[in-house]
Amino acid sequence: MRAVTWQGRHKISVETVPDPEIVNPRDAILRVTSTAICGSDLHLYDGYIPGMRAGDIVGHEFMGEVVETGAGSTLKKGQRVVVPFTISCGQCFFCERQQFSACDNSNPSETRDASELMMGHAMGAAFGYAHLTGGYAGGQAEYVRVPYSDVGPVVIPDDLSDDDVLFLSDILPTGWQAAVNADIEPGDTVAVWGCGPVGLFTIQAALLLGAERVIAIDHFPTRLALARKYGAEVLDYREVDVREALDEMTGGIGPDACIDCVGMESHGFTVDNVLDQVKAKFYLGTERPHALRQAILACRKGGRLSIPGVYGGFTDKFPLGQLMEKGLTVKSGQTHVQRYTGELLDMIRDGKFDTVSLISHHAPLEDAAEMYRHWHDEQNSYTKIVLKPGLPKGAIEAVQEMAHA
Amino acid sequence: MSYFTHRTNPDPFLLAAAGVGLAAAGVGLALWQRRRNADRPAFPTDAPHWTKERKSDRALFGKSLLINRPREELFAAWDAKRFPEFMENVVAVEEAGDGVSKWTIKAPAGREVTLVNRITETIPGESIFWQSTPESDIANSGEVRFTDAPNGRGTYVSLILAYDPPGGTLGRLGAKLLQREPEVQARRDLHRFKQLMETGEVTSNASPSARSSETATQPHI
Repeated sequence: MRAVTWQGRHKISVETVPDPEIVNPRDAILRVTSTAICGSDLHLYDGYIPGMRAGDIVGHEFMGEVVETGAGSTLKKGQRVVVPFTISCGQCFFCERQQFSACDNSNPSETRDASELMMGHAMGAAFGYAHLTGGYAGGQAEYVRVPYSDVGPVVIPDDLSDDDVLFLSDILPTGWQAAVNADIEPGDTVAVWGCGPVGLFTIQAALLLGAERVIAIDHFPTRLALARKYGAEVLDYREVDVREALDEMTGGIGPDACIDCVGMESHGFTVDNVLDQVKAKFYLGTERPHALRQAILACRKGGRLSIPGVYGGFTDKFPLGQLMEKGLTVKSGQTHVQRYTGELLDMIRDGKFDTVSLISHHAPLEDAAEMYRHWHDEQNSYTKIVLKPGLPKGAIEAVQEMAHA
Repeated sequence: MSYFTHRTNPDPFLLAAAGVGLAAAGVGLALWQRRRNADRPAFPTDAPHWTKERKSDRALFGKSLLINRPREELFAAWDAKRFPEFMENVVAVEEAGDGVSKWTIKAPAGREVTLVNRITETIPGESIFWQSTPESDIANSGEVRFTDAPNGRGTYVSLILAYDPPGGTLGRLGAKLLQREPEVQARRDLHRFKQLMETGEVTSNASPSARSSETATQPHI
């Protein structure tokens, strides 16, 4: 089959590789119909995530048709399913508490040692995301093996299109959990750093969960326009002092909840971020948490900090005293996707979420290398890319004209 | 001129040397602090004995895992007949009667070693103790212990193992590098036991890659 592979920093290539096979009874094999490139795939692309090996098949946002099932799978051939990016057994201590991304069985015994050494405890597994999280092949391919297929995959009714539901695999539940973790109360002002796909879903989720207002921060006009369309007030950090603006918009107390949808690769020409960039260049650090630092300083005393943005390791110049003295509550973590897919599918059917207007491009799987480059370099015009294994090479479709860009 | 050039472009080797020097100073300080503390009488600890710092010729290792199944079920499943299902390096276990069993185990560099162990005590539902006999290639002793976890969380399963590393400390290090060291093997086997008991299968990341050395059906690191 054809698959998108990671070959090194800024090196993505589409290769012919062996087809996946059923290995364990609970497995299923999917023929992938749609697979998106995620913001966190850029961390792999930029070489910031340790534990990648040349030749790894990437991609953790995908859906498709069931073509083969193991004896223990509850899926049936021909069903359309969306697959959570987190691989979770459903039966361990963590899965039983619905902390699916912490699954204690999905990271195999061979790969969990390094993960345990680095994190203190081995992380759960994910598709197409480094060997610290299991080393499973990803879904940016024609076919993919899905372990524990009786637990994770969401069966999709025929009347919903791929674009309607694809994001149940990661970014929609991630945005939802980000807002849930902000413990939103009536009257709250919620500030969201980053208007990438996760940020855009966080904005929608925060409003659905009862936030009085959402203030979104970014610098790409297209993304700010989408944020406004979804109901947020927007700040372009190139034009305003973000903390001053947030204070002035909240009577001086700051937002009740701050959500960092940026993660380890903050943009912005600030002293701390320039230092972090230099250190990252020399492999002295991986994290560039400028947005998180700003969120901590901006948050109101006794407020809540939710961190769905991905971080990989150690950081410095972290405002720990500010976090403590202000008495912030912090919630974070990879998304417990399986916990939310049921209710979110219902909400999509009820039209509560706009899941399609952030898609800027449909492209063939064969053009993945070019698409990664655009996704990395042109974040204003490329707001979300969906790869289609069925399309012939070169058949790239710009879904929306970005009139406001 | 060259002075300023050097100032703005510090020699990376000098920088590295400075880093090593700082690290060495840190280690020295830690060792000195540790020696100071060694003079102080220790307060008796409640930690499991295998977690204590100790000096011994034998390598002692213990690992406990929470397994989300009832204690009796796990005790029953810890049966030599099922060992090859989850003990990756165990080629075969032959019962020789009288509680003695002969284990063929993969060793570094494609070799095999034979362990001959006798079960010295069994407390049904709780513990199994063993001790190697003189015929064993590697002298070893151990215990597997099953304890109820609180509030219906399942069972704490502890595997405690002491053995004489062939080739001493260096041999042990070499075996670790080759992933054939008993501690590494035992820890991974215990994880596989947990996977099998909780999910009904041993977890595998077997899946395709663009590496020609790997297949889609074999697990990889």
